[in-house]
Parts: sequence; C-alpha cells; structure tokens
Amino acid sequence: MELNFTGTDICAINGTRSAPEAHYNTVVVGAGPSGVAAAIDAANAGLRVLLVDENPVSGALMGNDVPLYFGGRMTAATQNTERMLEAIFMSMPALETAMDAGVELLLGTTAWGVYRNGPGVASLPEQVVGLADAERSWIVGFDNIILATGGRDLSMAFPGWNQPGVMGAAALQMLLTRYEAFAGRRVLVIGSHDLALETALLAKKRGIDVVGLVEVRAAPQGRSELITKVEAAGIALYCGQTIASAKGGINGVESATLSSGAEIACDTICVAIGLIPSIELVDAMHGERALNAQRGGYIPKGEATVSAVGDCAGLTDTGFDHIAYRMEWMRALSSVSADDTIICQCEEVTRADLIGVQPPNYLTRPAPMCARSLETLLDDGPANPDQIKRLTRAGMGVCQGRRCRDQVAMLLAIEADKPFGTIPLASHRAPVRPLPLKILAEWDEPAALDAAWDVWFGIPTQWVPVEDLNTPYQDEHREMLYTGMYK
Amino acid sequence: MSGSEVVIVGGGVTGLSAGWWLARSGVKVTVLDKFIVGWEASGRNGGGASHYASPLFDEEQRLWPQMDELLGYPTEHQKGRILIAMTERQWEQYRFIAERHKRLNHPVELLDVKQVQEAVPLAGDNCFGGVHYKFGGHANPQRSVQAYAWALQDLGGKIIQHSPVTGFETAGGKVTAVKTANATYGCDSVVVAAGPQIPQLMAQLGVNVPLAAARAEMIITEPAPMMPLGGVDGHKIYGRQTMRGNLAYGGGPHEWLDMDATGPAARPSTPLARNLAKRLAELLPKAAHLNVIRSWAGVIENSPDGRPIIDRLTSPDNVVVASMSSVGFGLSPASGHAIRDLVMDGKCSFADIDILKLSRFDNLESDWREKRGWMPIT
Repeated sequence: MELNFTGTDICAINGTRSAPEAHYNTVVVGAGPSGVAAAIDAANAGLRVLLVDENPVSGALMGNDVPLYFGGRMTAATQNTERMLEAIFMSMPALETAMDAGVELLLGTTAWGVYRNGPGVASLPEQVVGLADAERSWIVGFDNIILATGGRDLSMAFPGWNQPGVMGAAALQMLLTRYEAFAGRRVLVIGSHDLALETALLAKKRGIDVVGLVEVRAAPQGRSELITKVEAAGIALYCGQTIASAKGGINGVESATLSSGAEIACDTICVAIGLIPSIELVDAMHGERALNAQRGGYIPKGEATVSAVGDCAGLTDTGFDHIAYRMEWMRALSSVSADDTIICQCEEVTRADLIGVQPPNYLTRPAPMCARSLETLLDDGPANPDQIKRLTRAGMGVCQGRRCRDQVAMLLAIEADKPFGTIPLASHRAPVRPLPLKILAEWDEPAALDAAWDVWFGIPTQWVPVEDLNTPYQDEHREMLYTGMYK
Repeated sequence: MSGSEVVIVGGGVTGLSAGWWLARSGVKVTVLDKFIVGWEASGRNGGGASHYASPLFDEEQRLWPQMDELLGYPTEHQKGRILIAMTERQWEQYRFIAERHKRLNHPVELLDVKQVQEAVPLAGDNCFGGVHYKFGGHANPQRSVQAYAWALQDLGGKIIQHSPVTGFETAGGKVTAVKTANATYGCDSVVVAAGPQIPQLMAQLGVNVPLAAARAEMIITEPAPMMPLGGVDGHKIYGRQTMRGNLAYGGGPHEWLDMDATGPAARPSTPLARNLAKRLAELLPKAAHLNVIRSWAGVIENSPDGRPIIDRLTSPDNVVVASMSSVGFGLSPASGHAIRDLVMDGKCSFADIDILKLSRFDNLESDWREKRGWMPIT
C-alpha cells in the first residue's frame, strides 16, 4: 500500500476542540460562606467572576447520596426545585450581596471537571472547568479557580448501615437548616467530636429527639463548652462503645444496637465521626494535595491558579488528629461486625471480599481465586486502593465511592498494618458527579472534531486483514474505510 | 531450555501473557514492572478481542473461550460482537466489512433494526442495521491482567513490581542481565514488552524500534440492565457492556505525546468525555439517561504501520521485542504464545508472523513521525 503522508494526522485532536463558551477571571466553585466571600472579594477587585453551586441537586442524586450522605432521609419537599432554590436564597443572604457586586451566580450548576494543559495533555485551548445544569453541560475558561466545595460526610459501615435512615452529619445539617426537609424524628448520633456535638445540638434546637451520642473512646471528644451544652440538653452520652448494628423495616432504621448490647429506638443514625475535605476536583485535575490529619484528610496544596477556601482547604486545625480518631472507629466497628458486613453499598462488596480481594458475586471463584487475598497481593507490593477497586469493585458504583473510599483506605491500612498515610488516595475522576450521557454530551460539537473522529487511530494499515495485504482488496479497504486519510 | 531464566521487561498484558506461556513450558520467569501490573494501557482499554486483521487472529479466537479455565481466574470473557450503523455511510462501510468477513469465513450476520434491538435493547430505531460477529468478544482488562499475573505466579514465575528497568548487561552478543535501581537479574533471554518505553530501552542495546505514543480516552456509565449481546461497537466508538452492566466506551481523536523513558508522567482525561457521551447516547439512545460516573485516559504506542512488532533480534540474539501497537489486550493470549515460541524455539509455531518483524522498518525514514503528523503539540 503506497501511502503519501501529508505531515498532518487528520485523526489527531490538534486544534479540533471546542472553545470555551465564556472566559472568567475567577470561577468559584461552591456558594457556601467561604465561596461567596471569595467571589465578592474578587468582584470587588474588578474581576469577572462566576460563582457556581451544585445545590439544589436533583432528588435522584440526593437518593444516591450525592453530594452528601443524605441516607434517604429527605422529605418530598426536596423534589421541588423552585422551593429548594428559594430555600438557598433565604438561608444565604450573602448571595444577594454577591450578585450586587457583579458576581454571576449559577445555582443547580455542577462543576464536574477542571482541565488544563500539563504532563500528558497539550491540546486544551486554555484551562477550563466543565459545568452542567439540569439541561446541558458546557465549559468555561478561567484565569483562577477557587474551590470552595466544603466537606463531605465520612460514612462508616456496620451491619444495617445500608438502609434508609443512616446518614451523615453534613447532610443532616443541610436538611435541617437550609432546606427544612429532614424526614426523621429520633436521631442517634455516632461520634462526639465537635461535628457530632454541633449536629446534636442543632437537631435538638430544631425539635428533633436526639436519643444519644455514641463515642468509641472513653470520654467525649469535642470542645468542653459543646459537651456541657449537650449534657445540659439531657442528651445521653454512650462512651467506650460503638454501634454494633441497625435494625429496620420498610422505611429504614428503627433501632440501633450498641456494642454494650443496649438497643436504642431511633429512625435515623447520624454518622458524625468526621468531615472529609471535598477535593474531588483537585485530585481529578492531578492537582497537588497532601494528607493533613489535623485538617481532616487530603487537602489541596494550592497552586498559582488553583486555590481552596473553607472546609475544602482543610478543617480548622484544633490539634485533634482526625485520622487517628477515624482509625479507632474503624477498628472498633470491624471488631464487632461480621466479615459479611457490606462495605461498598453500590457494588455490594463485603469486608471479607474486600480483604480477600475477591471478585463480585456474578463471577465464579475457582480454587486459585479463593486462595488469593490482600495478604498474597501484599507480597507483590504495597496496597493500592485503585488496584483493589478494580479487582473487588469496591468504590466503582454510582455514588462514585463517596460512601466507601475512605473506609476502603482505612481497612487496607489496618490489614496491611501500615499507617493510613502510606495508603495512596484512590483516584477521583471526572465527572466528579454522576452526569447523564445526554447532559454530559456536547451536542453541538465542532465540525472539525467530528471530522477528526475515528473509532481508533485511523491508521489505514492497522485494520487491513493480513490475508488482504498486497491484494487489490487492501486498496478497496482503504477507499471504503479511510477516505481522506494519508492520500 | 527448561530451567533457564527469562526476564520480561514490562508487566502489561503482553509481557504477562508471555511470562505465563513460558512458565507453562517450565521456564523460570521474572517479570519486572515499573509500577503495578496492568497499570498502563493494558488495564485501561476497551477489552475487545476481535482482531481479524492480525496473523494472530485465529489463535486469539481459539484461546479466549478457554482462558478462564487455563488461567484459573475469571477474565469476564464474553463471546460475540455487534457493529451498529447510525448513518447511511456507516451502514455501507459496515456491510463492506461484513462482506470481507464472509470471504474470510468469519461467521457474520446482517441484522435489521428489529434484530439489532433484540440483541441490544438499548439501541433505538434510529439505526440503519447491524453486523453481528459470531466470533470475537470482550473481557475485563483489569481482571484479565491480574489473572495472567496470578496464573504466572501459580506456575512459579516471579513478578517484581515498583522496579523500573534501567539498563542491561551484555556479553558475547547476548544480554546477560537486566538491571533495575536496586537489583540485577541474570538471564538467558529477555523479552522487552514495555509499551511506550520500548524505544528508549532498546536504544541502550543499539536497536532502533520506531514507536510513537499517544493518549486516548474512555468513559463509563452506571450499570444498565444486561443486554443479550454486550460487545457493542459502531458509530465510530468501541466498547462493551461489562458483566456488571456498565457501558464502557472509547474512540475519537488521540493526542500524540513525547516519549519518556520512565513512562507517562500523567494520563489526564479531557472534555472529550462530552463527545464520547454524545456518540454513546446516539448509538444507544435508550441509555441516554444513564449517569457517566468516570472517565479516564491511557497512553499507548503505535508502530509506523499500526501493526505489532513481535520479533526475536539477531543481535543481541536472545532478545524478543514485543509492542502490540495499540491492539494488545485482545491479542494477548496469542501474542504471549508467539513470544514464548520465539524465545524457546526461535519461530512461531502456529502462524506466519513475519509481517510483524522489526526489520520491515529497516529503511524507515528518520522523520517518520513528522511525515505522519504523529508529533506532540508544541
């Protein structure tokens, strides 16, 4: 086959991407107090500022615990987008101030990926952020991006945690305050550090029956004034204990059993052991991040054009070692629960299968497979959560690992008998929120991109059957399948 | 040569399959990998196993249905593929391909829209028809790579991870040892199956292997109900429904990259996920509501003609070089067999693979990348 090369590969990405729809000096992701303040500052400095916040997210996503661990305890009010939008404006007067300052505000708009040229990619027109609302996705360029994505709930597995009514503290706070849409009445809080104490007090103030706090350590952990308030409110503290299981019915949780054997009636178990800085975007863009036990987990290091504010930048450092605290909880919970406790809800991976590095149930497990385990895998090298998730599917589900990734890392550290910090962070990948194909799709893509599109590399000689080489068929093959290439 | 040592450079699917085949023949094998087995393109591809253009095709087809049993570990291999045409032009092209298959005695059947929808319920009535390949198939790349690795270990082979190869020791026209930062591995033979790192490694032996690396991307959705036929291609995208139900798809423009001796510095995905999503929503309109939950990229190498290089060198004469030129996963059961044959017997026992010899590029112009436009963006 005679090929006449032109010096151009028409199937390469070069120059075919769509331009961003707009360019902003500053994009702020997350319209909580820190994000709004940052947006106002930037606008007051004369910059063109876009402020986006994914809330209100759809009821379907809330049902999948995105972005927070709602545990199915939101009322039907959360299905009404107009009401939710109104609730956000009512709870955040600073949004009006931001708009008055010239900030462009988009609620119900998710930032699902940040992209920039660097190692492995040089084809982007500029650094961009991918956005999506209920109708479509699009990209905008930016000079600086400020991540104010807050913190997300750390969830913890125990028998019965995979039912409605087990939820996180940040989710409960959001339902109680911003949306006034919490569907529970009797709440048991797991944990006793500041997050747990504040959540318990907030719930109590909102008329919720807080039936107690459970603390794995011998004494409550948070600030003494909060502990005093909780005690004064008559909320029981169950110290030196863990939750052993939750029982429930068709509507979810009905009671919790503690490791002491005590059974406590409740319709909601609020896991308030810790918040994790929401660094999905930073990690998915290969941004620099580092583990900081006092600030709640991995936090962005900060770069020239990427910064973080609020809980996303790390929880306030009070000297408390969040990682040690979580590891203590994980050890305690594991010690009182059976190995068949589900760790990954989406993919129904049990702790035994995770530690056994076993495939999902729809695959057979021949004898050699059964003989494999994390222990044998560790003979080959250090534990890597990405490898474990590919083999076990833990973290591969529609919640994108929100509910189990931190637990998987902790369990790997415990099983490998290594410090938590030696376990690599499992990769976050764009889109960092689940996005329907029809929303993510670039329906009006550039003609140049379509023209460059081939199923694979578009190399004419790659797919000619070997039997056809040096026969007339090879040219026919090229004519039919590779029009316009290398002629 | 039973009992002698073969060192394999690269724990991708090709190196691992070669190691497994050699171990099956009683050879003591050590696989060296810079990081973790299957971490690069071997674990990031579409899982297709239908490479009818290759001289290794028949062996690929013979072996895949047996691989779970042979390896002792699940690969998620599923048989059959379908090519769905979404435009008049695609329908013309796919029927052309079907005719080629018929002539080569590969079993194919043309499907009308109704038949397409029976096999692929997520397809719409907007398609023009389909070509059902009653051969080929797909498997789970990550699970398969690990299966090769474990099967190799079960036969006594060694896998040394986190150990990039830094060079070779040679004597008397042979490679006598392979070096990493921490150790030197003596050997009787070497297989260099290090993907995009092959050119830099082979240059140390004075051998020019023309390869260019590029980045390609994929997306995956949340699970959909299982379809009768999960290996669905067409509309210029490729992919599969996993046995869990997810739709994993790739295709589209690639980006050529500089070659780095230590491997890709990063494998970033890009907003191309949106264009993959568009085509997948068009190919399978009844899946358009499904959430995309991840995207990723991989770095793969291609030879100047896009065909693999599997060759035992004349000097040093105990080195087999193997680059599968971006079609490595599916062909891995057969490529490993061919490499085993070259190492042990000097000749492939089951196919004529002369077309894959490195010497076909002996007269390649030095600016072959520039001529093809296979250059990194500057």
